[in-house]
Amino acid sequence: MTAAAEGSPAFGMTRARRNALLQSEPVQGLALISPTLVYALILLVLPILAVIAHSFWTKNYLTVDHTFTLENYRLALTEPIYRDLLWRSLYISLTVSFFTVVLAYPIAYFISFHGGRHKSLWLFLITIPFWTSYLLRVMSWKVILGYNGVLNSGLMGLGIIDEPSTALLYNSTAVIITLTHAWAAFAILPIFVSLEKIDRTLVEAATDLGDGPVRSFLRVTLPLSAPGIISAALIVMIPTVGDYVTPKLVGGKDGVMIANAIQAQFGKASNWPLGAALSVTTMLVVTLIAGATVLIIRAAQRLAR
Amino acid sequence: MPERPQIERSMIEIRNVTRSYGSFKALDDASLTIREGEFFSLLGPSGCGKTTLLRMIAGFDNPTSGSISVDGQPMEGIPANRRPTNMVFQSYAIFPHLNVEQNVAYGLKRLKLAGTEERRRVEEALAQVSLTGLGKRLATELSGGQRQRVALARALVMRPKVLLLDEPLSALDKKLREQMQVELRRLQQAVGITFVLVTHDQYEALAMSDRIAVMFGGMIAQVASPKEIYQRPVNRQVADFLGGMNFVKAEIVEENGASLVLDTLGFGRVKTDKPKAFVRNGAAATLGIRPERLRVLWDDATAKFEVAGKVVERHYFGEITHLIVEIPGLEKPLSVTETNDFGADDIPVGTTIRLAYDPEALVAMAD
Repeated sequence: MTAAAEGSPAFGMTRARRNALLQSEPVQGLALISPTLVYALILLVLPILAVIAHSFWTKNYLTVDHTFTLENYRLALTEPIYRDLLWRSLYISLTVSFFTVVLAYPIAYFISFHGGRHKSLWLFLITIPFWTSYLLRVMSWKVILGYNGVLNSGLMGLGIIDEPSTALLYNSTAVIITLTHAWAAFAILPIFVSLEKIDRTLVEAATDLGDGPVRSFLRVTLPLSAPGIISAALIVMIPTVGDYVTPKLVGGKDGVMIANAIQAQFGKASNWPLGAALSVTTMLVVTLIAGATVLIIRAAQRLAR
Repeated sequence: MPERPQIERSMIEIRNVTRSYGSFKALDDASLTIREGEFFSLLGPSGCGKTTLLRMIAGFDNPTSGSISVDGQPMEGIPANRRPTNMVFQSYAIFPHLNVEQNVAYGLKRLKLAGTEERRRVEEALAQVSLTGLGKRLATELSGGQRQRVALARALVMRPKVLLLDEPLSALDKKLREQMQVELRRLQQAVGITFVLVTHDQYEALAMSDRIAVMFGGMIAQVASPKEIYQRPVNRQVADFLGGMNFVKAEIVEENGASLVLDTLGFGRVKTDKPKAFVRNGAAATLGIRPERLRVLWDDATAKFEVAGKVVERHYFGEITHLIVEIPGLEKPLSVTETNDFGADDIPVGTTIRLAYDPEALVAMAD
């Protein structure tokens, strides 16, 4: 036996090991998702890290001072204007989520329980508004809610009001109405899916045990569709907190939201560190609220038993 | 099991019930009386209308015409949630968001019982189905057999006048199914509630029921006790569905009040009891005999009634052997089931054997 003779099988084994490694499931899985992973790292994780880094720096006239500071966060949390904007954004997005879910549920319920053979047709019809650009849809709400708009003319024609109401447009209510409409489909779909998953014999069993239609809905259908309600609420709430197109177009002075302030800091005011601190603060608050929403809906579900 | 005294009061009256879906009749002019306290089975192949009938009794479906009454009360216009019936669903329909106790107490909540009374009834129901101590388990943590027991307890706790069971055992494996058959029967005798069971399994129906209605194509073919259904089927379809049966072509030579005289090829001229609902259709009829009613005659043994034939196939089933025996003159060979006590499993194929039969075991059926 020579060392060479012993060495060659050893070499063979490392090769076998390398092959085994390449064929192992985790490695193959990683290889499969790597394009997406790289994409996500470069376009999602890096920018967020950059934003977080900026939030701890300071803006001097034309340069950025890279000394660590919490000053931006102090401003973001204590300056009344930012606090108010954040509160208003949260208020708007929670209100929008609430109304979107409340309005979407009956539609999803109807399609799931009474859609019959036409379920896909109904779902298709719901997507039709999305064939036009979001800007056009917001603009059309301007036409409806405006001073000389459809709603005002209609109400005046009916003699309900004497002069056009200015309470309809350029305030947070206008933002809420527009966003509720815009996000309806995103709420209908998850609720629809969760309703579809409910075994219909469960409703029959509830009926068999003495429940009328309302009680069986409250005791069986509603609690079992809670996952859909949670996803719908989150899907609407999370992006609407940071919306800035809608408040810009229909919000007026009273409808400004936190994202408009962030945009201003990154744009005109050219104070990236403050803008970054506002972004991170908003992100954290949204995370907390989203977590709280899940917990509240779960608790309500438990109470309904 | 001792015979129970028959209680003759009727619990469910089904009068000329038809259920049509467009031109298709799921149920065609069915009439039936189910007695109080009996274990009644609706037996038939899938699509025979048995589940439709059960769902109409429960109130999940309505007759196109005809009437159903439960305990003397017409059910027309009464929704499912206000009927004195409860159902055990085929899929069990256990509420997945509730635990066992909450499932069983589901229907009681509406009755607004005192807390202790509700607890007592839930405990009692769980004890009836041997689930004591599992009250806090979630539905997802239960086995198939346990889920079935929860479904049963949930319905029984309501103390219904009629318990409806929609193929309750079909999802269980063979051993558990046989065990549950015995338990269900025992439970029904203990609580004394009228049970209506839907099944496509003839052994299940035979083992559990006081009476069986056999259904085909939306119509009720025969209503009788398990023994009568098995031994005196009214037609070939019923005979065939209830297990193996040899059919022999026959010709009616004489018919009077209680008996029939038939000419057959293999069995010669035989005299049999005339079935209750026998309506002749010309001279042709069918004579049936169950495979286990033909016995192999050994050596020199003789019998008053016997036929001889050649064994063409032999199939071994452990405790029994199936023999296929060709009888001269018969167009189809007879199938014979013999226990293996005396060596039926050793009869070589090709041997000529003699088979004994009891004329009592011959059933005449109209063609």
